[in-house]
Amino acid sequence: MHPIAERIQREFPKAVVKVVEWRGDIAVTVTRDSLHDVARFLHDDPDMDFDYIVHVSSVDWPEDEQRFEVVYEVYSIRKRQRIRLKTRVSEADCLVDSLTDIWKGADFMEREVYDMMGIRFRNHPDLRRILMPDEYDEGYPLRKDFPLRGKGWRDTFEFLNETRP
Amino acid sequence: MGLIQLGRHEKDGELDVITTTVEKAVNWARKGSLWPMTFGLACCAIEMIAAVSSRYDMDRYGAGVFRASPRQSDLMIVAGTVCRRMAPVIRKIYDQMPEPKFVIAMGSCATSGNIYDSYSVVQGVDRFVPVDIYVPGCPPTPEALFDGILKLQERIMQKRVFLKQPEQVKA
Repeated sequence: MHPIAERIQREFPKAVVKVVEWRGDIAVTVTRDSLHDVARFLHDDPDMDFDYIVHVSSVDWPEDEQRFEVVYEVYSIRKRQRIRLKTRVSEADCLVDSLTDIWKGADFMEREVYDMMGIRFRNHPDLRRILMPDEYDEGYPLRKDFPLRGKGWRDTFEFLNETRP
Repeated sequence: MGLIQLGRHEKDGELDVITTTVEKAVNWARKGSLWPMTFGLACCAIEMIAAVSSRYDMDRYGAGVFRASPRQSDLMIVAGTVCRRMAPVIRKIYDQMPEPKFVIAMGSCATSGNIYDSYSVVQGVDRFVPVDIYVPGCPPTPEALFDGILKLQERIMQKRVFLKQPEQVKA
C-alpha cells in the first residue's frame, strides 16, 4: 500500500472504508462522519502537507444504497503528492461537512456540487446555486434520474412578457 | 442588383450622371456600413474574430467596426451556444440596439442548439430574438460568415424605407 494511504489508515483505523491505488493514483474512501477529521489531518500534518485543493466533484450511483459520492482531490505543492479523498452519502441524508474551513478554495466547488447534485454541506459559508439561477426549481441537473432535456425551463422565456419602453 | 443605375450625359454620352431612387440610396448606404456588435458566446467567436482580422478583413464589406455597445451597433452576430441563463441578456441587448437592426445566428448552436439537446441550452436563438440570416457550420469559416453578411446585404437592399414593408420581406 502507498505510504500516505498507510499513514491515514494508521491514524484513522475506523474511518477508512476502502483504498484504491491505480497507476500511482491513490483514492481513499472514508466514512462521512470522519471526513472532516481526515481532511484536517491531511492539511495540518507536516508529512502530509496537502495545502492545495484541486477539485471537488460528485458521482451519482443510482443503484447503490449510499447513492452519492463526494470526491475531493488535494495536492501538496511542497511535497508534490496528491490524493483523492472520497465519501459516500445516502439520498435521504445527503449532508457532508464542508471543508471550506480547511481549504478556502473548496467554497465555489462545493457550491457547484450542491447546485448540480443537491448534496448539502454543513457549515458552508454561502451555500447557494452557482451555475443555475437562484430561483431554479426543477431539481439537480446532474442526478441520473434528471431528464436530459430538463423539465421545460430551457423553453420558457418569461422575460419576453415584461413590458419594454 | 440594380442598386444604382448609371445614366449618360445627354450631350456627349459621358458617364457622369447617376440616377437612383432615394430608397435605394438609403439602403445602399445602410448595407455598406453595418456596425456589428461583439457577441461571442463560444468557439464560433474565434471564427468571428478571425473574420474581422487582417487576413480575412470583414471591413471590405463595410462591416468591420465591431462595437462593444449595442447602442452603437445595428447588427448582432450571435456566435456560439446560447445557454438559457444568457437568454435574457441577449434579449436585453437586442432591445437596446437602435432601428434598423439585424441579427445573424452564426453556427449550428445559435441556429438550433446543435448537439446540445440538454436542460440548459436554448434550441436556437430565434426562440426569443428575430433572426435575419442563419449561417450553418460548426463553427462556420470566416468565408461562410461573409456569405451570411452578403446575403444580409442583399436583404437590406430589398427593404422599403418610406413605404410599409411587404409581409414577405419582413424580418
